[in-house]
Amino acid sequence: MAGITIEKIEKTFGATTVLRDVSLDIADGEFLTLLGPSGCGKSTLLRILAGLEVQTGGSVAIGDRVVDGVRPKLRDVAMVFQSYALYPHMTVQENMSVPLRMRRLSNWQRLPLIGRFLPGSKAVAAEIENEVMRTAKALGIGHLLGRKPGQLSGGQRQRVAVGRAMVRQAAVFLMDEPLSNLDAKLRVQMRAEIKELHKRLGVTFVYVTHDQSEAMTMSDRVAVMLDGELLQVAPPQEIYADPDDRRVAEFIGSPKINILDAKMHENGLASMAGTAFAVRAPIARGSSLSIGIRPEAFHLVDSHGVNILTGAVRLVEHMGSDLFVHLDVPGGDHPVVARLLAERAPQISSGQTLHLGVKPERLLLFAADGKRIRPHGQLGATVVRMKERLQ
Amino acid sequence: MSTQHVAPPSAILRHAVLLITGALILIPFVWMVSLSIKPPGEIFRASFSFWPAQFYGVENYNKALTSSPLPRYMLNGLFVCATILSLQVAVCAPAAYALAKLNFPGRNLLFALVLIALLLPHEVLALPLFILGYKVGILNTYAALIFPYVVSPFGIFLFRQFFKTIPDDVVHAAKLDGFSELAIVWRIMVPMALPAIIAFGIFSVVSHWNSLFWPLIAVRDQDLMPPPLGIMAFKNEEAGNDYGPLMAATTVVVLPLIIAFLLAQRWFVEGLTSGATK
Repeated sequence: MAGITIEKIEKTFGATTVLRDVSLDIADGEFLTLLGPSGCGKSTLLRILAGLEVQTGGSVAIGDRVVDGVRPKLRDVAMVFQSYALYPHMTVQENMSVPLRMRRLSNWQRLPLIGRFLPGSKAVAAEIENEVMRTAKALGIGHLLGRKPGQLSGGQRQRVAVGRAMVRQAAVFLMDEPLSNLDAKLRVQMRAEIKELHKRLGVTFVYVTHDQSEAMTMSDRVAVMLDGELLQVAPPQEIYADPDDRRVAEFIGSPKINILDAKMHENGLASMAGTAFAVRAPIARGSSLSIGIRPEAFHLVDSHGVNILTGAVRLVEHMGSDLFVHLDVPGGDHPVVARLLAERAPQISSGQTLHLGVKPERLLLFAADGKRIRPHGQLGATVVRMKERLQ
Repeated sequence: MSTQHVAPPSAILRHAVLLITGALILIPFVWMVSLSIKPPGEIFRASFSFWPAQFYGVENYNKALTSSPLPRYMLNGLFVCATILSLQVAVCAPAAYALAKLNFPGRNLLFALVLIALLLPHEVLALPLFILGYKVGILNTYAALIFPYVVSPFGIFLFRQFFKTIPDDVVHAAKLDGFSELAIVWRIMVPMALPAIIAFGIFSVVSHWNSLFWPLIAVRDQDLMPPPLGIMAFKNEEAGNDYGPLMAATTVVVLPLIIAFLLAQRWFVEGLTSGATK
């Protein structure tokens, strides 16, 4: 049982900075996901937690113990790798018992041939075999123990890799994109199983992925990373609905959020794509900003007006329950994408002019540097939570 | 019956070239075997036939095995080759692991030195090694036959290339599982690189079994001689122009290698190619 405290971690490889001032508190028993595009430094951060990579600056504590410079073996962490990293020359049984053998048997007892005749080693070996068997059965791979990894399917290998990490009963579970080598159907199934595993074990999970649906469905909190920086750490729904940064808003959500350039005018109106939008935010007159609108924030209206985008339909995608409507608006480089309920939307065909309304509270305002601008008097949910904690 | 497949001319040409090359390599061996079963009178006959008119094999092989210490030479060869190979693997595998998977300053320089050593023919080093052996006082012992070959640049290079193809994740997993660096080498890397190690083993055994130049310099004592040097001594002292027993002795010397190669053939081919694609 252990939480993790990451403090001001820096990592550079030669001249390139991979991690920049990353600080993060992970609670005991939490499922935290590091989410970001490939190359953002999330795997490097995970390797630093495991002790496989040494940070250039900063410090990591697992539980109450600072583990900088502590060897991976002694950190009480287990890890599942993207490539599974099974030992191909060992059977499933041997693969899964390695971590226990290395810890519970002495050097002499591990010797081939003579090791098993040394005092005590037989009892320990039997105990290990039992534990491996139990774990394997729990994962549904009990019948595969005699096979080698080469004879297993991708999903089975993945389970063996999880099993090898599980037998250790480590305080922290690290997972580096464990599902990315599986096909789509299996991925959804394993997603649920890993979530289930987390509930059952009750230990801290740190999960690295570039797949937002994995992050959104499994995590207690999501930490969004970009270019070696931690942009926002929050529960999934908050990351989606209340992003702190334009880059977070753009990374999360499919189809992607619509971001439009706007200019601030007097009396709380901003002009964008040929329309005026009522904006309640402390923004100086004449300054430019970006406004983000999620595709599902739009609703159909009859005529043009304030808070209503008007444009020509370029493309309609039928998704069954939903329609994705691509709309060309004046001044926009990209079409605006709106997600409308199929039953509420009448027949829409390309070329048609459409009016889409947005409620003011669903507008996400971003300053020129990408930081979120919140309306008067409203604090970000993260700030609110921090205030509550302080009181 | 119908002709199912007619080979195109290019295929015929290809096979012809292969057959001719194969024959060129095989003919000396066939000749050697043929001579080893002929009586002296037939050996210098102008006409050639593989089978002798009078089978003289028993006498030739008997003379080869009894009038010279051929079994002793063979045991020497076995001992020297086995020791060289085990020491080579013991040195090369950790060195190759360090060059392939560990990050330390000077790694590239060290690897460049390995490549340079790979370019040097061993004969170039014969004189310095001889002087060194004299100073250390190991000339004319088994040690003189073994030590110059313990560090094999070829082995380090081959293993390094193979270890490079093993994903880093496996090494990381082993570290988390609690293996020490040396345990990673012996318990994880070497078993995974078994084809490469067997291929290297064949190269090593063949070249040291057949080695003549260095043993000629390093040992004088007949009890220490490996097979080729022994055969040379046998030729000078015993056989003279008696080619039958001499060829019988050479056949006996070559035989273990042929048997070993046939047994390990599958591994050998796999070892040479599997590092390249994975």
